[in-house]
Amino acid sequence: MDYVMAFMVGGALCAIAQLFMDIGKFSQMHVMSLFVAAGVVLGIGGIYDRLIAIAGAGAAFPISGFGYFLAKGVLAQSGAAGWLAVSSGMFQFAGAILSFAIVLSFFTALLCKPKG
Amino acid sequence: MKLAGKQTWVFEHDIYIQATGTAVGPLEADGPLRESFDIAHDDLYCGEKTWELAERRLMQEAIGVCLQKGNISFSDIDIFLAGDLLNQNVTANYVARTVPAPFLCMFGACATSMQTIAVGAALIDGGFARTVLAATSSHNATAERQFRYPTELGVQKPKTATFTVTGAGAAVMGRKRGRWRITAATIGKVIDAGTANPFDMGSAMAPAAASTIEQHFIDLGTSPADYDLIVTGDLSRVGSVIVRQLLAESGYNVTDNYNDCGLMIYRPDQNVFAGGSGCACCAVVTYGHLLKEMERGALQKIFVVATGALLSPTMMQQKQSIPAVAHGVVMEAVKEER
Amino acid sequence: MSLKTNYRQAVKAFQPKTPYVINSLKAFVVGGALCTVAEAFANLYSRFFSVPLLSAQQLAVMTMMLLAVVFTGAGKYDDFSQFAGAGATMTLAGFANALASAALEYRSEGWTAGVASQMFKAGGAAIVYGVVTAYLLGILYYLMS
Repeated sequence: MDYVMAFMVGGALCAIAQLFMDIGKFSQMHVMSLFVAAGVVLGIGGIYDRLIAIAGAGAAFPISGFGYFLAKGVLAQSGAAGWLAVSSGMFQFAGAILSFAIVLSFFTALLCKPKG
Repeated sequence: MKLAGKQTWVFEHDIYIQATGTAVGPLEADGPLRESFDIAHDDLYCGEKTWELAERRLMQEAIGVCLQKGNISFSDIDIFLAGDLLNQNVTANYVARTVPAPFLCMFGACATSMQTIAVGAALIDGGFARTVLAATSSHNATAERQFRYPTELGVQKPKTATFTVTGAGAAVMGRKRGRWRITAATIGKVIDAGTANPFDMGSAMAPAAASTIEQHFIDLGTSPADYDLIVTGDLSRVGSVIVRQLLAESGYNVTDNYNDCGLMIYRPDQNVFAGGSGCACCAVVTYGHLLKEMERGALQKIFVVATGALLSPTMMQQKQSIPAVAHGVVMEAVKEER
Repeated sequence: MSLKTNYRQAVKAFQPKTPYVINSLKAFVVGGALCTVAEAFANLYSRFFSVPLLSAQQLAVMTMMLLAVVFTGAGKYDDFSQFAGAGATMTLAGFANALASAALEYRSEGWTAGVASQMFKAGGAAIVYGVVTAYLLGILYYLMS
């Protein structure tokens, strides 16, 4: 059953993004930034946790999921002393994703040529 | 006085296009006009290491085949005029290193082809040159990477987007009798209609095209019926309809004898959105296909209006609108002497 | 409304309408399908490698990103995105594509000035906004708790 919810929630998030681009006339870069920021906001607010519980990857895989991971990292450290801990904890969960993307991209450039 | 009206140059002497050369990339070679192109590559890299080097090679090859076809040597060339879309016109400037003639760089965005023809003809008419070499080029990948996004980035382009032609065109003009005569040229004013969508060049450039075409008719006292074909450079599917409407609103009916190079260079089933664009679009279609049509007698007198959008990515990010310019040249087929 | 008197308004009639219904449907179906595949990977990882759910989700997302980067290198992701729109670009696969395509594109300018410097050309904005938002909200949350 969680596959159906993953499909519905993930699809809905993508469809909303598409409408932002087609009707709202926002550029791709704008919508990506908006979605990540929204993921952070909803993540700090605790709402995104519920989405994850319902849809699993359907909420984690859209780019708002990156914002959610950032928020989760921030919240995990909030108990610790000082606001420095808050800001450094940010990449606790998102770091794996970001560093993987950077390394993959670097090695792709090593191995492939753009085809146009 | 060689200036007719406000913007049109009427050439006193007989100025001919002696020869032309065209080189294109894979998509264009797969299109409906492939027979009219001299050199075709089956890969966007054209055997080079980078896209920029590929574009340079295309211009070099177009020039080479042009001189070869016309049996002209570099030493005959009095001046070289060329331009392209890249920052600092690097394709033209770097190719000019290999042309042992004085060089004037031209930038008219996609209007460069007719700009070089017009200026070249004026230099000949004024006695400043006997033989002029004109060239222009564009490349889909170099344009994408400079004006838009990395070529492998997933972007969903709208239907209004145009597709930069990969190719180069070269022409030699002179006083020596050739198969095509350049009789007049209309230099366009820059027109900014207030559109700011870099994915819809047609809407941005159509007003400039209409302005130049209308002024041409006014300056020379001619009308659409006087030409076998009025062809714009790269207004494509969206802009070509707009320009016809703009001309109609001014009282000029061009329904029967109008076409656009951006529509002619690709088949409808090729994934090119609204059609072709880029400096090479007007250049290769004119120097290849249209001149051949004139040679075989299908067209006698044509008015080629190349259109260019004068934007930059920085201007787009600063939410500025897109100014455009259009330059037109009248070409006539030379009748065979019996 | 004539084009000559009010171009910017009148020209809209000549511009083809964006097929936003079809585009949204395509985005929905493709985005949903990719999320389902990601979910399958997450379940696979959590069951066969006994990792906690959060880690399984991270690994699943990273697997999808790997696939996206492979397609980017093969020159196919841009064609896929033309069809799927947000279904391809608004996921972490799209994010990976943004970084990989930029790195790939600027290869011709070398490894440092090209690949390394330009990598974030398309995807950097998303990272910056994410970090800035998380930072501000994190500080707020810390102050309030």
